[in-house]
Amino acid sequence: MLKVENVSVNYGAIKALQNVSFQINQGEIVALIGANGAGKTTILNTISNIVPSVAGKITYLDKDITKLPPHEIVKLGISQVPEGRRVFAKMSVLENLEMGAYTRSDNEVGSDMEKIFQRFPRLNERKKQPAKTLSGGEQQMLAMGRALMSRPKLLLLDEPSMGLAPMLVEQIFQIIQEINASGTTILLVEQNANMALSIAHRAYVLETGEVVLQGDAKELASNPEVRKAYLGE
Amino acid sequence: MFLQQLVNGVALGSVYALIALGYTMVYGIITLINFAHGEIFMVGAFIGLLLVSFFKVNVFVAILGAMIFCMIMGVIIELIAYRALRKSSRLSALISAIGVSIFLSSLALMVFGADAKGFPDGAFPVQQIKVGSADISTLQLLIIGVAAVLMMGLEFIVQKTKIGKAMRATSEDYNTSALMGINVNRVISFTFALGSALAAAGGVLVGVLFNAVSFNMGLMAGLKAFAAAVLGGIGSIPGAMLGGLLLGVSEVFGVAIGYSSYRDAIAFTILVLVLLVKPTGLLGQKITKKV
Ligand SMILES: Nc1ncnc2c1ncn2[C@@H]1O[C@H](COP(=O)(O)OP(=O)(O)O)[C@@H](O)[C@H]1O
Ligand SMILES: [Mg+2]
Repeated sequence: MLKVENVSVNYGAIKALQNVSFQINQGEIVALIGANGAGKTTILNTISNIVPSVAGKITYLDKDITKLPPHEIVKLGISQVPEGRRVFAKMSVLENLEMGAYTRSDNEVGSDMEKIFQRFPRLNERKKQPAKTLSGGEQQMLAMGRALMSRPKLLLLDEPSMGLAPMLVEQIFQIIQEINASGTTILLVEQNANMALSIAHRAYVLETGEVVLQGDAKELASNPEVRKAYLGE
Repeated sequence: MFLQQLVNGVALGSVYALIALGYTMVYGIITLINFAHGEIFMVGAFIGLLLVSFFKVNVFVAILGAMIFCMIMGVIIELIAYRALRKSSRLSALISAIGVSIFLSSLALMVFGADAKGFPDGAFPVQQIKVGSADISTLQLLIIGVAAVLMMGLEFIVQKTKIGKAMRATSEDYNTSALMGINVNRVISFTFALGSALAAAGGVLVGVLFNAVSFNMGLMAGLKAFAAAVLGGIGSIPGAMLGGLLLGVSEVFGVAIGYSSYRDAIAFTILVLVLLVKPTGLLGQKITKKV
């Protein structure tokens, strides 16, 4: 579905990604794990073309999207839940969801919003409130609901568990699995490798801008190297 | 006397507010002080003057024509003078803005000459209305009315329409807005169009009020409106409205109590005083650095 080939990204003199290649098949949950600063966020932002690549190619559903502007990429069905949630703090919960549906003009936006409210009842209660008044967990739900409003085929999630209490993390991962079960392919970036590997089908390990390991998520989770470096053993 | 000065101040302040809105909206989205904004106001005044002098249209049509003309001009200015510098330092963009400003005022000087131009006699029949001890002219009512309608229109667009919401989203978080599928370039063009249209309306109103339109009228009006935007809190739309009104009223009252030789200094004195106490302006919020 998505193919990233030999992509390199620089921030000025900093080489953030070097020759990164990986692919995602339709229907999968693919986890991307790695330490802080490994380049995980950069990969997602390069797919969304918020950050330009200096080399390499990104293909999505057989279409070269490397140079497409970000809003065109969203229209093709790739939606991102950015790191740190980045809800529009001064806008209401409802308006945040409307922004998620910005590319759409069909008449099912309203019913999709109802579905989001069913999935996240807390958001329904806080519809009219500015997003900055929500708790961290609620903001994460809003950021996910907002991304779902574009009806993505591929959902990019950047550290959805960051800063959340363990119970909430469980709940968020449960929801990620449900979203996947309803047909959305998922690329999941996590520092919480344990959780990520437990729900992913396949995974890639990123180290200082390079893919160093890849494979079946269960196998990686039992790989001694991975256990030592990322699972705290 | 008080009522009289208040009306004078509100009329002047409404115009400052119209111009200040353009500064604040553009700053809110691309953190650029559009130094050429005062010149857009000046061009608007000339377009209004030309429409009235040569096409004998009424004041409302003149305002509308000037708004449309400047809307297009504002979009073009952003496209050729600022867009390529979007990712450069703000200083480069500011210098480019100063360049556009000098270009437009020089162009106006070449085309229209150095003398201030007045509207044809009787273009706008002005009547005085007595309210208590105050003499309020229909011209002042026109200015206050037009400014109020435009600001309500703006508020509607920004709060209720899809593109207006996209403007708010973009000014909060540029990158995340792009992740929503918002075409941020289009939002920026739209912001320039709105701001320029309001400045153009302000230009025609000021031209009519003082019956004078000149190539350099944008400089002082632009600076004061910028002061108004900062006073209200740059980036804040209600702030620009409030700042404009406050400056207009203070200026008129300052002159009335005898500081007429300091007329142009009043705005900046207030600005400095407010910023000393509240650096973010009256309705401004702490500026969080965008990454
Ligand atoms: N906007 C930026 N400017 C400069 N360097 C950056 C920027 N964003 C990230 N980096 C650098 O790029 C590298 C990868 O960062 P990032 O993709 O955020 O890693 P991760 O998401 O895995 O923590 C890091 O060394 C980081 O310091
Ligand atoms: Mg990151």
